[in-house]
Amino acid sequence: MDKTFDWLNPFASIDLGIGEWADGIKGWAMANRSVIQPLKGFFDGVIARIEGALQAVPPVIMLLLLVLIAWQAAGRRVAVLVFCCLVVLGLLDPMAWSLAMTTLAIVISSVLLCVMIGLPLGILAGKSDRFELGVRPVLDTMQTIPAFVYLVPVVMMIGIGNVSGVIVTIIFALPPLVRLTSLGIRSVNPSVVEAARAFGATPRQILFKVELPLATPTILAGLNQTIMLSLSMVVIASMISVKGLGNEVLRAMGRLDAGKAIVGGLGIVMLAIVLDRITQGLGRSGRQRGHRHWWQTGPVGLVAALLQKRN
Amino acid sequence: MTISPQEDVIRCEGIWKIFGQKSQKAMEAIRCEGLSKKDIRERFDCVVGVQDATFSVRRGEIFCIMGLSGSGKSTLIRHINRLIEPTAGAVIIEGQNVNAMNPRDLRALRAQRIGMVFQNMALMPHRTVRENVAFALEVRGLPEDKRNAVAAQAIEAVDLTGWEKKYPDELSGGMQQRVGLARAIAADPTILLMDEPFSALDPLIRKQLQTKFMELSAELHKTTLFITHDLDEAIRIGDRIAIMKDGVLVQIGTPEQIVTEPADDYVAEFVGGISKLDLVTAARIMQPLAQYNQSHGAGDVTAWPVAGPGDKLNTLVDLAVGSEHPILIKADGAAVGVVTRRALLRGIQGREDQSQPQAEAV
Repeated sequence: MDKTFDWLNPFASIDLGIGEWADGIKGWAMANRSVIQPLKGFFDGVIARIEGALQAVPPVIMLLLLVLIAWQAAGRRVAVLVFCCLVVLGLLDPMAWSLAMTTLAIVISSVLLCVMIGLPLGILAGKSDRFELGVRPVLDTMQTIPAFVYLVPVVMMIGIGNVSGVIVTIIFALPPLVRLTSLGIRSVNPSVVEAARAFGATPRQILFKVELPLATPTILAGLNQTIMLSLSMVVIASMISVKGLGNEVLRAMGRLDAGKAIVGGLGIVMLAIVLDRITQGLGRSGRQRGHRHWWQTGPVGLVAALLQKRN
Repeated sequence: MTISPQEDVIRCEGIWKIFGQKSQKAMEAIRCEGLSKKDIRERFDCVVGVQDATFSVRRGEIFCIMGLSGSGKSTLIRHINRLIEPTAGAVIIEGQNVNAMNPRDLRALRAQRIGMVFQNMALMPHRTVRENVAFALEVRGLPEDKRNAVAAQAIEAVDLTGWEKKYPDELSGGMQQRVGLARAIAADPTILLMDEPFSALDPLIRKQLQTKFMELSAELHKTTLFITHDLDEAIRIGDRIAIMKDGVLVQIGTPEQIVTEPADDYVAEFVGGISKLDLVTAARIMQPLAQYNQSHGAGDVTAWPVAGPGDKLNTLVDLAVGSEHPILIKADGAAVGVVTRRALLRGIQGREDQSQPQAEAV
């Protein structure tokens, strides 16, 4: 401690050594690496398989597939937009499509894990005020703490590569899904839940037959946000050796190559628009779709109608 | 066990509901010290919702609970299927204590023996009419074709055939509440709980649905607990009426009893505006024959119009219009009383004729 203690500025002369103490986490992480490695291997395999599948599909087929999905989920106009975005993405650079698929694989892996973790947490938070109260500061931390802070400990523990990339992405992208799932559950009309109770539904039946279906548009809005946030993490994740469009931007920055940066950046934007429009289309309520089931609209509806006509 | 028509299906014994953190302490304080509602609010920060409600509903009866908003009637009805736990007291349904049931039995009771209709319909917006109606059957795990068949019957009973595949928000308010009614009767429960089912509808639709409900009720013989804030509706529908005020059941009786013998000023004020024509019977306003003869002298009654003691004022008015004479009331062929023009007019007004001592009801 400093000898000249200044009462007006006490903070400058007190050092509790929190920084050094926290640095111990790094040591602990390195010491425990062996525990994590098998898990890491498993997830690495999963991500590699997703990427392999995405890369194996010829770009034209993939493009058509995505357009069809967009048409089914969000209608014809969005399908046209998605088509344009994907064509632009492909024309940006000969390598752009392949890089985009790598990025997409990371995003898909992160979002899948986010759903598996976030949905149950969100439901719990929607049901219990106490849990919501406890989880909220954690979510705040996850969303606001700069990514660089946890980048290093994660790398120390797990090593560089896709799995670390997915983990840092989850930390950043998970909160909106939890928050909006909780909000969705909480904003279900209580009188409908009461009616379900009055007709003898179990808590489980109330959750799956009433609360979750009615909360779906809100939950999908959360999923949409989660996807957008995980896309915005791809550049930072590329610092720990995650390949894909983000890596292009990072390398371009290192070489002050503005052209390459724009190519990578625009690619991310195109991918973002595609994923955003598709998931937004999913979130529309039944009434907005004119009370038709999903199989009555889009390409599936068209095929079904054609088949029916032939019979 | 033989079922007598007088058997109590629902019995509420001393139901208290106190809302608030310290409700149990407040309850004890009421028991020991007899605190008033105001004391309870000040000392325990608790609100008394229902205060010592005791009543029973007989098999096949329509029992109306009438009260203004905030009187605790919706709270009370939710004790019957234990959507709300009472602070004290018990609900007995067909001899079983609902408050002692485990969750599983309680759910079975709700799914099989109690149907409920809500003021705000509370239909599930993501389910079609048919899926809404079949909900109670679905949670019981019935196969789909069977519950669809049952739902089709219930939908037919409320004249909504052809609308099965529509969603609630494609229906008008009146139709939505018919779906609510179909949902309640689909599982063929013994008891119907109706929480202000027609209050949110416009007057014409309300009347139509009341008629529809009374038809259905006559056909199905459900024991019904009917909540309303509309005395006309209570009188129209109810076999017996309970008047509720600030959580207390002020008076329980038949519509005629409520209208002619209000228990206190509050009830009197309520029933003041109600037309007595179709409620009050001749027996209530007539003067015993002997008494009439004493004051007027025995006369020739052969030309007098004749009515029975159970005839309503409306009938008496029709008779009085066609004759100059008082009306003779005959029970089982024997003349028992006389209704003078003056007594009839006072009866319509809902006041007793001051000039003569009021007759005892036969």
